[in-house]
Amino acid sequence: MLEKSLFLLCFSSALAKQLCAPDASDGYKVRLSIRTALGDQAYAWNEDELFLFRATLAFAMRNRISGQQFEVSNIIVCDETPRVSFWFVVTSPSNTSHLVDKEEVEEAIRKSRNRINSAFLLTDKTLEFLGIPPTLAAPVSPDTPPWLIVFGVVMGAVGAGIVVMLAFSVVQKKRKKDGKVVDEAVEEETRAKTTDNGAAGDGVYNMSFSDDERFTEM
Amino acid sequence: VMRLVLPNPGLDRRILNHKDLERLEEQGDSDRPKWDNKAQYILTCVGFCIGIGNVWRFPYLCQSHGGGAFLIPYLILLVLEGMPLLLLEFAIGQRLRKGSVGVWRSISPYLTGIGIASMLVSFLVGLYYNTLIAWIMWYLFNSFQSPLPWTQCPLNDNGTGFVPECQQSSTVDYFFYRVTLNSSASIADSGGIHWPIVVCLLAAWTFICICYIRGIGTSGKAVYVTAILPYIVLAIFLIRGLTLKGALSGIKFLFTPDVNELMNPTTWLDAGAQVFYAFSIAWGGLISFSSYNPIHNNCMQDAVILTAVTGFTSVYAAMVTYTIIGFRATENYDKCISENIMTLLNAFDLPEDNITTSNYEAAFNHLNSSHPDIVLGLDIKTCDMQRLLSEGVEGTGLAFIVFTEAITKMPGSPIWSVLFFLMLLCLGLSTLIGNIEGVVVPLRDLKMLPQNWPQEALTGTTCVVAFLISLLFAQHSGFYWVTLFDSFAGSVPLLTIGLFELIAVVHIYGIDRFNEDLEFMIGHKPSIFWQLSWRFVSPLIILVILVFYLVIQAQEELSYLVWDPNSEEFPALVSVPYPSWVNAAIFLLAGVPSLIVPVYALCRLVLVCCRKMTTSTK
Repeated sequence: MLEKSLFLLCFSSALAKQLCAPDASDGYKVRLSIRTALGDQAYAWNEDELFLFRATLAFAMRNRISGQQFEVSNIIVCDETPRVSFWFVVTSPSNTSHLVDKEEVEEAIRKSRNRINSAFLLTDKTLEFLGIPPTLAAPVSPDTPPWLIVFGVVMGAVGAGIVVMLAFSVVQKKRKKDGKVVDEAVEEETRAKTTDNGAAGDGVYNMSFSDDERFTEM
Repeated sequence: VMRLVLPNPGLDRRILNHKDLERLEEQGDSDRPKWDNKAQYILTCVGFCIGIGNVWRFPYLCQSHGGGAFLIPYLILLVLEGMPLLLLEFAIGQRLRKGSVGVWRSISPYLTGIGIASMLVSFLVGLYYNTLIAWIMWYLFNSFQSPLPWTQCPLNDNGTGFVPECQQSSTVDYFFYRVTLNSSASIADSGGIHWPIVVCLLAAWTFICICYIRGIGTSGKAVYVTAILPYIVLAIFLIRGLTLKGALSGIKFLFTPDVNELMNPTTWLDAGAQVFYAFSIAWGGLISFSSYNPIHNNCMQDAVILTAVTGFTSVYAAMVTYTIIGFRATENYDKCISENIMTLLNAFDLPEDNITTSNYEAAFNHLNSSHPDIVLGLDIKTCDMQRLLSEGVEGTGLAFIVFTEAITKMPGSPIWSVLFFLMLLCLGLSTLIGNIEGVVVPLRDLKMLPQNWPQEALTGTTCVVAFLISLLFAQHSGFYWVTLFDSFAGSVPLLTIGLFELIAVVHIYGIDRFNEDLEFMIGHKPSIFWQLSWRFVSPLIILVILVFYLVIQAQEELSYLVWDPNSEEFPALVSVPYPSWVNAAIFLLAGVPSLIVPVYALCRLVLVCCRKMTTSTK
């Protein structure tokens, strides 16, 4: 009895090892970079962590294929390295010697990628499934481009400034014109009064040159 | 030759004599605009001279020509070549009290060509300079968001990767060449108008219009901000930059002197050319600005102050730039090493702690000696700090690619981005104010615009016309046009105009008369240093630079760098020869302004002779 159970145990483990091998056709290689992701707060990778991984993957398979009760024993791991990388295959719960197709496994992992990552406090980059490229997050793009808003503000201010300046100069010119009319009236009065003294004062200096080219002889 | 003065009859009839000037000063010339105070004048000149080139051209020259040793030729030529020409332009403008066309026409009507050439050069340079400002504005407008748009690549169709153009180059490259410019692969391929650039060009031209709308009345107020803000921002960046990792390696790289470079003639050539362009000489703006000064303003002191400020600012800006470049290079180097470590760990399935940055070299050598074939197959990149420090650090590449990338690595990126592009905007605007002055005032003096138009209308018309022409740069090939303008419109013509200016003042106006004018204006005659440099040293230096430049240009095949996603060297820019019709464009840009001076003089001579002959036959 004891020998039979021992034999069965050896046989099943040997079978499992045969199903899972590096470069297996229906398996994937997983690589974890815990120290890169967590630095000082990195946890050590041990059997319990591996158990969690197998359980998470079983959850992912259940999530994808409804109806089939995947167990931890359906996830077979092999070829562990100190890098913390290993190969795994998924056996079907109904027939433990039959492997689930690569595509199904890929779909399951894609669907639950976020959950798997957060179970290990890792990201798409630090928990790699070689052969399954992660779906990248779309770049952030708001509805109204922010630059248009800033441009609108700046142009509005500048446009308002130009309008104000032009209005100001028009008003100033008008005021100057009115002022000139008043000044001329005052000047005529003073001129009438000072005709005797007209010759003495300095008057407006008349520039003796002109930059009119007609006068320059060559 | 030193005292050779060409006959110049009628000079006294064309210019005010000293007595007239004194009277004018006492009575106040209401026709001519005036500076509100000396500070406005100095700030305007400082703003004009300190431009974007101080941030993105000088540091590169400094680093590539022997670091700290480059300061020697630069400072020597600053004093021997730049300062005398500066004083020349200041003094002649202050004495003759006209814009650039008016000044040369007063000295001799045959020399009007110098003024026209200055105006043309100012116009052509202003066109492409404002396009650079439009790009800066685009980046400034886009800095008001987090995360910054140049940190992200768009996704490809099935969402598992990025668009191949972005994947192969980088997010900052993609944002500049594709999103901002949408560049085509050649200058001949115009590809239509890219409307974000049109919008930004509109903003840029409207901005300069309002800054200069009433001439120096408004621009004099604007320079309080545009001339001072860059210094404040540079200080902020310096403090921030020095606290970043790797900043000191950047500064060391910049200033490490290589005395052997001093033997290389290109070092001196580049230093001379940089001094010339840095001072914005021969654009006509400086002559205009100093003509608004009171007659006894001490222009010699101004020239010395401006030279000192320019020299100091160049070194200051170079330091700030290289702290940031050092930071970026260190970050990229660390990333490169980390990637290599990860590749090695993955290939040999070693635990993560086995290879760290400190024992990377030892571990790599050990693995390479034990398993050379595996290591070879891994395609490990060599991480070269020197190469990272010297890549892309000039021109638009510095501002829009290297610096934007560095900013994304700093915490609080949007603020730094806003500050940086605001600084570049102020630097560019203050130079552009001088540019517009050098275009609008000659247009009025040449009577090409109606005399009774107010200043607002003149500025507005110039800006509208310039905006329409600068739509050339909004095409998909706009980047290549800007590079073309940059290489040719702002190089040879300026040197020739500077040379003609020196000859005109020394030999046609008369150096003795000029010395007397300076004695009248500032109270003492210029010392022997100025005499020697105006008569000998400066013209010689400019002539040497011009000849060497023409010789080098004639020997090289004209080529330019393109952004071509389909080329093999992508993401590096590919060097492609110019199409043949570009030679016509180059002639228009560089040849026409340079040749206008002799051509105008000749035409006028012919006209006068014809008139004389017709009058004598009558």
